Amino acid sequence: MNIHQISVFLENRTGQLAEITGILAENHIDLRAISIAETADYGIVRMIVDNTDAATAILLNAGYILSTTWVQVIAVPNEPGGLASVLKALAENSIAIEYMYSLFTHGDHKAYMVFRVSEEDKFVSLMASLGVAVIPAGELGIR
Amino acid sequence: MAKYYQPEIETASREQILQWQNERLVAQVRRVWDNVPYYREKMEEKGVTPADIRGVADLHKLPFLSKDDLRQAYPYGLLGTPLKDCVRIHSTSGTTGKRVVAFYTQHDVDLWEDCCARAIVAAGGTQEDVCQVAYGYGLFTGGSGMHGGSHKVGCLTLPLSSGNTDRQLQFMVDLGSTILCCTPSYAAYLGESIHEQGLRDQIKLKAGIFGAEAWSESMRREIEHSLGIKAYDIYGLTETSGPGVAYECEAQTGMHINEDHFIAEIIDPNTGEVLPEGSKGELVFTAITKEAFPLLRYRTRDICVLTREPCPCGRTHVKMSKPMGRSDDMLIVKGVNVFPSQIEAVLLDQGYPANYQIIVDRVNHSDTLEVMVEMTPETFSDSLGKITEMEKNLVSSLKAMLGIYAKVRLVAPQSIARSEGKAVRIIDKRKI
Repeated sequence: MNIHQISVFLENRTGQLAEITGILAENHIDLRAISIAETADYGIVRMIVDNTDAATAILLNAGYILSTTWVQVIAVPNEPGGLASVLKALAENSIAIEYMYSLFTHGDHKAYMVFRVSEEDKFVSLMASLGVAVIPAGELGIR
Repeated sequence: MAKYYQPEIETASREQILQWQNERLVAQVRRVWDNVPYYREKMEEKGVTPADIRGVADLHKLPFLSKDDLRQAYPYGLLGTPLKDCVRIHSTSGTTGKRVVAFYTQHDVDLWEDCCARAIVAAGGTQEDVCQVAYGYGLFTGGSGMHGGSHKVGCLTLPLSSGNTDRQLQFMVDLGSTILCCTPSYAAYLGESIHEQGLRDQIKLKAGIFGAEAWSESMRREIEHSLGIKAYDIYGLTETSGPGVAYECEAQTGMHINEDHFIAEIIDPNTGEVLPEGSKGELVFTAITKEAFPLLRYRTRDICVLTREPCPCGRTHVKMSKPMGRSDDMLIVKGVNVFPSQIEAVLLDQGYPANYQIIVDRVNHSDTLEVMVEMTPETFSDSLGKITEMEKNLVSSLKAMLGIYAKVRLVAPQSIARSEGKAVRIIDKRKI
């Protein structure tokens, strides 16, 4: 139940994020999640959008450097300790998190988290054993 | 206090200097013809034989040597003596990894050190002085040359080499250094450190001899003020021995070229035509006394002006202006020769496109070098760790190639300025 994420290279300068999100807005691409990893000079903006193929084409056409990566989205209980218990289980099972961030949600009782991990299959079965739902793309309205 | 190190040479009449040059040039051309097949072939191509060279007036008939020739003849192709007679080498970094290696016989070292001694005496040096040599020692000529010159003058020589500022200042204070030899930017930095540490009253410096990089009159005034000294310029390049090819006297209006060892010409860098005195053009040197590495008509690529107007110091040797620029794309950063092609070679080797821009600046009197590289789909990764790792590898490869630190900045594609479709490779922001 992988979901496609788009990672884009950006220089760490004022206005860069406004520009890229502006381009997506003009093309009616809806953002489902966004996160940034940065150094002093540059960064990687990671996004999950409703239409990955269209967004990729639009951004490449606009001259951006990007790559697409498979990530996992899970729904954790939206309560104190909800995420902590999942992370504890990952640590105990030696699954490394390369990065993670949260996804915009719409008011249910779950917090949606995006994970990029070292061992995907192990991650998915671990989530099943924990009773944590791994969310398929369709459920998030992602094509 | 002796005003000159070798007065009979430094104040010789123009006729005397010309006579030395005529005799030595004729002999040198003959020696090169007999011992350096590489140059002999160049002469034959031009249809010139030693018989055609009867004096300085015939110099223009000889072919030029360039840095490319030095690379092609690397390492031994331009040797003028058997290797067993050589006692030392010095070297500069070269493009795409190939270095320029210059050889010295004991006699060459001796004459070179004489030249450096002349510079030290011209800056007021005597055997009463304590001469702190803060140029790098090693392959770089700066340290060894000034060290030898300082010995010849009889100064107490402090061979500190470059860097380690705290130690520099400690020796300067404890041993009472009176003459400082280093790059002008390091002199300026030492000046600032002295002020920061409140050591101004404890130093005894009276003169500094600064070279290996470009510096302006305003920088001179700043250094003179902050160190309380008189600051003298010195010029040289590894190919022609090292520092001491030319040096400043108390007039501080140009550097006297040691014409008993070098014949200087100014040429049009495009046509190779010799230009009349007073013209701005490329400086060309013919070494007439060197044994191991006897370069004839070597193109320095430095743009300057020569003047033979009488100098109030009494020296009769021709003066060259500070270099005003280059006729090639070589940059001098922190005293180190940097060619864009070296940087390009490293980028290509590491899988980057040859799409880069070099930004040189001077921050707090110290040169900075930054290489902007455009990110590509091939080099991009979703992992920040991988990108920073690549960046680190690039920095260390550049350091290995250039010998100095260059900051790497990864930038967005198409973000490097292009004019008429061609990228602007070098931006030199230094106000020298």
